[in-house]
Amino acid sequence: MAMSDVLPSALAGADQYVSAYRWMLLARRMEEKISSLYHAGKIVGGVYLGRGQEAFSAALGVSLRRRKDVFSPLIRDMAGRLAFGEPLLDPARTYLGSVLGPMRGRDGNIHRGRPAEGMPAMISHLGSMVSVVCGMLVARRFRGDVEAVGAACIGDGATSTGSFHEAVNLAAVEKLPLVIAVANNQFAYSTPTDRQFACADLVDRAIGYGIDGHRVDGTDLAECLEVFGRAVARARAGQGPQLVVGRLLRLTGHGAHDDANYVPEALKQTELGRDCLERARQHLLDHGLATVAELEQWDREAVHEVQLAVATAQKDPVPEAAGEDWRALSSF
Amino acid sequence: MALTYLEAIREALTRALRDDPTVFIYGQDVATFGGAFKATKNLSRDFPGRVLDAPISEDAMLGMAIGAAIEGMRPIVEMQFADFSSIAFNQIVNQAATHFWRTGVTCPLVVRLPSGGTPGSGPFHSQMMESIYAHYPGLVVLTPATVGDAYSMLLEAVALDDPVIFCEHKFLYYHLKDEALPEESLPIGKARIARMGRHATVVTYSAMVHESLRAAADLAAEGYEIEVIDLRSVKPIDSDTVLASVARTGRLLCVGESFPWGGVCAEVIARVVADGFNLLDAPPQRLNAKDTPIPYHPNLWAAHRPTAATIAESLRRLLRF
Repeated sequence: MAMSDVLPSALAGADQYVSAYRWMLLARRMEEKISSLYHAGKIVGGVYLGRGQEAFSAALGVSLRRRKDVFSPLIRDMAGRLAFGEPLLDPARTYLGSVLGPMRGRDGNIHRGRPAEGMPAMISHLGSMVSVVCGMLVARRFRGDVEAVGAACIGDGATSTGSFHEAVNLAAVEKLPLVIAVANNQFAYSTPTDRQFACADLVDRAIGYGIDGHRVDGTDLAECLEVFGRAVARARAGQGPQLVVGRLLRLTGHGAHDDANYVPEALKQTELGRDCLERARQHLLDHGLATVAELEQWDREAVHEVQLAVATAQKDPVPEAAGEDWRALSSF
Repeated sequence: MALTYLEAIREALTRALRDDPTVFIYGQDVATFGGAFKATKNLSRDFPGRVLDAPISEDAMLGMAIGAAIEGMRPIVEMQFADFSSIAFNQIVNQAATHFWRTGVTCPLVVRLPSGGTPGSGPFHSQMMESIYAHYPGLVVLTPATVGDAYSMLLEAVALDDPVIFCEHKFLYYHLKDEALPEESLPIGKARIARMGRHATVVTYSAMVHESLRAAADLAAEGYEIEVIDLRSVKPIDSDTVLASVARTGRLLCVGESFPWGGVCAEVIARVVADGFNLLDAPPQRLNAKDTPIPYHPNLWAAHRPTAATIAESLRRLLRF
């Protein structure tokens, strides 16, 4: 199954808000299911959730053109993935080890991708996907595709890597249409930002690279849509790389194994700790974009879609060692 | 008109750029300057926009090449020195090497590594990296020893759908010459018998082929006929040709310029012992560089790596057994 291309590429205003909200909702429900399957012992490997980051992620996903742009997700981008066109069966199959999923049991969980369809499959070494997106954009430039934009998702912790620095500098030198989406969720695993970097705001780094910087309240879907819309448009118009830093809080552990007891209670009570999904839901009601009945209907549809995908994946065949092709090279 | 090993590489790069519009070259100082060793001299003039200078960012250079390869381009990355590929190690072994197996999408790129020692180059401009990269699944690792192989194997590397580590030896760049470029050549994965013999087999590759041939010539004066096998490609490795040779000679010496711990020589010996124990008339031997960083001073450097003299001495010991 290819990535779905059901929705029109560019939605604006209220339609875009509703679309992004529904991807956030679907991602939240899917991750709740994945989390409970993990705690029931049905999933092997790590489970990393995007709770609290769905607005930032989905807003980027809906700002890109499906199958035409590049979207490189990181571990908390279920919402952005779905918004960019990843079928819900992909996470279901990958988490449950189905041989029919895109990784066929060879790699798991958040490592899934569809690199031939503009969504690279991340490796674990943080920062190292940014330059890969640069290369995908260089290839498109060689082909004469001057429309394409590429987005690389990353967290506050990965901005400390040499890989991140090298790639952002390279993108700036090549003036690539790259959007670097930094979800500053205040913790890299357990390490708070004051042990990660000493600058006042990560967005200030844009000045040093000679690129545009944008800061955004990552808990506010409307603001995320506006900022990512502007960043993507500027990248597409030839204005070079765009660094977007979202302020938010990870509303979950680093992984499903982590109770995050190191996150101070007081921090959770600040504006950073607001749940973006709840805020978006209230926004829809306040602005008359949806009724309570519609919101409940969308939720039921999301839950149903999740159940269907998981049930399908659970019936799928799993990889068999005897039938595996144990060759890492395609030529020999 | 004679061609050097380096000129053969430039000819292959030229032909690759000319024949395949998806090929481009990326590396430090490769454009107008033509590269630290002039391997890309005039190529940016002849192929505008397809020979790109990179910032001093080996990690990002490789990541960029990987992204372009995923999208169907065939990038050729020049590392200024093989040693610096350690900065790109993560992208090479974790990203490029795993990509096809993980995703089913091929990652056709070539990383050119100007490798090996020259006098005065010291610890950080002399390394051989083939054993390190051959260790990882998903990489093709080539070590051409001749002008013809430098040309034909580089062209074949560009055409392969897998990531290729192309270890070209700096010591051979300028003074190894041949009369013409080959019309045809052995395929990648086939070793070459560089000299026929019947008393002992030397298995080697890259610049050590020439040291081994000189040692074989010395031994010939003493009445021994030494067979010298040039592996050409260390991964895939041609065990069949090696075993067939050991079946004829009964004695094996592996020679490599890289460090002694593990590596290509150890791999060859392990394979011969496992699959051809009964063929051996003497314990198989290996000769590598010393287990220290590579020294700067020519006096120390000459003693650090194998030479014709030390290879000949190892052969005499092997023949006496």
